[in-house]
Order: sequence, then C-alpha cells, then structure tokens
Amino acid sequence: MENRSFYNEILTEHNLHPEFKHDLPDADIVLEGVNPSCGDDIFLKLKLDGDVIADGAFVGDGCAVSQASADIMLGMIVGKKKEDALKMGEIFLKMIQGEASEDEIDSLEEASALRDIAHMPARVKCAVLGWRTLKEALLDGDELS
Amino acid sequence: MAHAYRDDFPLLKSQDVAYLDNAATAQRPQCVLDAVTEFYKSQNANPLRGLYPLSIAATEAYENAREAVRSFLKAKSSREIIFTRNTTESINLVAYSYGLSHVKAGDEVLVSIMEHHSNLLPWQMVCRQTGASLKFMECEMDGTLDLNKVEALITPKTKIVACTHVSNVLGRVNPIRELAALAHRAGAVLVVDGAQSTPHIPVDVQALDADFFAFSGHKVYGPMGIGVLYGREELLNAMPPFLTGGEMIESVARDGAVFAELPHKFEAGTVNAADAVGLHAAIDYVKSIGFTAMHQQEVALTRRAMDAIDEMPHVHVLGSEKPEEHCGIITFTVDGVHPHDISEILASDGVAIRAGHHCAQPLLAYLKHPSTARASLAFYNKESEVERLLDSISTLRERMGYGK
Repeated sequence: MENRSFYNEILTEHNLHPEFKHDLPDADIVLEGVNPSCGDDIFLKLKLDGDVIADGAFVGDGCAVSQASADIMLGMIVGKKKEDALKMGEIFLKMIQGEASEDEIDSLEEASALRDIAHMPARVKCAVLGWRTLKEALLDGDELS
Repeated sequence: MAHAYRDDFPLLKSQDVAYLDNAATAQRPQCVLDAVTEFYKSQNANPLRGLYPLSIAATEAYENAREAVRSFLKAKSSREIIFTRNTTESINLVAYSYGLSHVKAGDEVLVSIMEHHSNLLPWQMVCRQTGASLKFMECEMDGTLDLNKVEALITPKTKIVACTHVSNVLGRVNPIRELAALAHRAGAVLVVDGAQSTPHIPVDVQALDADFFAFSGHKVYGPMGIGVLYGREELLNAMPPFLTGGEMIESVARDGAVFAELPHKFEAGTVNAADAVGLHAAIDYVKSIGFTAMHQQEVALTRRAMDAIDEMPHVHVLGSEKPEEHCGIITFTVDGVHPHDISEILASDGVAIRAGHHCAQPLLAYLKHPSTARASLAFYNKESEVERLLDSISTLRERMGYGK
C-alpha cells in the first residue's frame, strides 16, 4: 500500500509523541499559523538569544502531517542561527515543491521523511504550516520580541 | 439491487474507487449525460426569445424541465419554480430579494445550528445589512430538534426561519411541517434547504407548507450548475428581482423597465437550458427507480456499516443510532486520528470520503468535533464498497502508529 510508506514511522512517531508540543512560557515570539480550509491551527513559540533560536515549542491541533512536520522542524532549528533556520525552511519548501536536489533533501535529515508530500498537492499546506509560521515569526516578529 | 442500476453510471464502471462522497455530489447516469448532449446536438438555441423553430424547441425543452421539477416537488404551479445555479444561489436569491426587503432593524432571523454555510451566511448578511439579529435553534446531541425549545425562540419579531430539511452532517430529517406551523403562527416565512433531502426522500412542498425550498441538481444525479428555488407564488410576485438584465423583462425604457412575469422575473440572462434538461432526465431516472427502492438499499448499507463500526471501540458515529435515520450519511471520528489523515489513508485504499467541517462549522463546534470524516452512501453503492470502507477504517489506528 503506497500510503504505508507515506505515514512512515518517523511521521507517526513525531505525531504521537511530539518532543516540542508544549507551552513555552518565556517565549519571545508567539505566532499563530492556521490552515483555514482544514482546521490545522498551531501556535509557534520561540525564545531567542541574539541571533540564535535558544528554544522553541508549539501547541495546537491538526492532522498528523502538520503536527509531525512542526515537531520535526523544531528539532532541527532549536540551537541554530535564525538565518540558518530560514535557509532550512527554503530547502524544505523546495523539497515539497519537488525541486530540491538529493543533497539538499539529505541535508534536511528527519524532515526528508516528508518528501512524498511533493506528490500529494492536498497535503502541502499541512506540511509547510510550521515552516511558514516560522518564516513569518522570524521575519516579521522582530518588533514583537 | 445496486448491481441492477450500477451499469447506468459510466464513471462507476470505469473507476475502481468506492465512491462514498455522494452527499458532496452524486454520480450521473448515462441518460442524464445523453440528455445534455442531445440538447446541444439537436435543440440548441437561446430559449425564450427566438421566433424560429429551434429556439421554440429549446424553450419547450426548458419549460418541460420546469414542469418536471414542479411535479418532483409537488408544487402548485410551475410559476413557482425558479432555475438557479445551485442551492447556494437559490438561498441567496431569497436573502437578497425577500430578506433585504422584509427584514428591518430590531427584527429576528432564526436559523438552526445544523445549517450548511449556504443557509447561514446569507442570513448573516441580511442581519448585518438590516440591523436585525440572528438567533439559533440548537439541536440535541443526537441531532433532534426539540420543538418546545424552538417555539420559545419564535417571537412576533421573527421574520424568517431557515432550516435544512436534512443535515449534511447528521443525515437526520428535520420536522419541517411543524417548523412551518410555528413560523406561520408568528407571521414568519420558512426557508428550507433541501440539498440533502431531495436525493433521499420524496418532497411535497405543499404538505411541508414551506414558503421557500431550495435544492441542487448535482446531488440528485443531475448536472452541476443547475439548481432550483421553489417559492410560494404570492411571495415571489411581491418580491423585487434578484439579478436584472436580459430575459427578465417585459419592456425597457431609458429610465426604467417592466419586469417579466414569474418565473422569468428571477431568471436574468441566458438560462442554463441544457442542464435543466439534464435535471429533467435525472428526475425521470429517480422516479423510475423510486425512493422506496433507493431507501431500502441505502438503509441496508448504512446498517451494515454502523453495525460493524459499533464493534470498533475507537470509532464513533455522529447522530442517530438508527441506520434508517441517516439518509445514507455516516459522519464519524476515530480516536487519535485526524480526519484528514483518515481520508488520506482511505483514499490510498481506494475509498473516497469527505473530511473536514463539511461547510457546517458552527454545528461541528457545537457538537465539539471541529473536524470529522464522512462517508455518504447512494443507492448504487455495493456492499463490497462498504466492506472496503470498513476494512480500511479498522486498520487506521494501527497504521498511524497505535499498535494493534
């Protein structure tokens, strides 16, 4: 069954046991990301230390794709510089659009588990919700922090 | 019984998919496709205006379709049958024409919490523009309406009561005749959304005593893009036009116009004659099978599905416990699995269902299920398709990592 490979262990594990799905009371940036058509709704919370994302978390509801993708993303960006996180987001988007090279996909580590979304147009917005919210938070969120 | 009719539907013959999204749109039988094609091949001209034989034939085909709809709804007169694009447009017609001219500041519009957005947003608009207030009839958790509670909500200020005949989430038939009596006693009119009832139960607008009744062709095996508004003649006569322009006038001068008689007053612009003809064929098709036979098959399949789901501890069906009170609509949730993931996994098993809020967000919020999955059956569905649905549902949690 094709979908066995899509709902793979990495995705279901991050959905069932997310590491970063919790409150972050001392967050500097809190931004809501919503997919109105399907009801995915997350609040991304980031704590910054200068240019570095010192800590991050999310709360909310949504499908396994949106929740797992946000959890994987946070695992990748916490401890990284803002600009590096944004670069990862760009590569992730390229992967989802089916335009990333194999090297680029490899560089995404666990997030590469979502590469098959490129063939599932209806689920693209679920996969990118966390990354889209991150980009907004980092680019527009400066004055909030 | 499904097999006897299944061959009438070309898509079902050519696709290996268990199509269980009939409440969103049904499939069309060959006779409907043929009727539309035949209109364009041999009768196509702009109806209602030309004085040559082809246009007269097109007019006749179009007006015959109107008569077929009149008979389908058991309306008194074909002047009460307005062709629109769909249910949404029909209800907007009532809202913009009747609503904006009859509702004033301080009045009330009463809608049920079960409405599809198409029978809610037009009334939000009317209330916003007029300063009236919008009130809600809430259902019980099983989807029934308590008429005593409804009665308490209808006051002399109530001008419009809007209710769906059958909820597109719960599938339960609402007590329209009783609602009509309550509305009329207060001097209000009753607007009924018949999009989900017309495919499943016989409708008699006079017996229901509805003032307006809307439905869509594409859910009763007809074409997309053709819908119907029934309106009581005296109400339609007194209403201003919704859209203005060609085909809806008697005469036009530089500074004014005399509008056409019913029903043309409400059918501005070139009409969708071909799809009206397709709807005519669909109505004839439904009549040839009969609602009794369709209902039997739909209930048998619904019972099979609900009995099996009953044995699945993590799967829950919304609405009545009785399969015969669902109009083929089985809306369900699976603990720990988001409906979009349910739908995705079912799709990979060749089962087409709907997931989300089903354009009824206030109802789902009220029932505390922001998102659900919905399988909706038609008479042409087979038991093997229901089995495929059940097999897939029974593996969902395991495939999402919950273990056996």
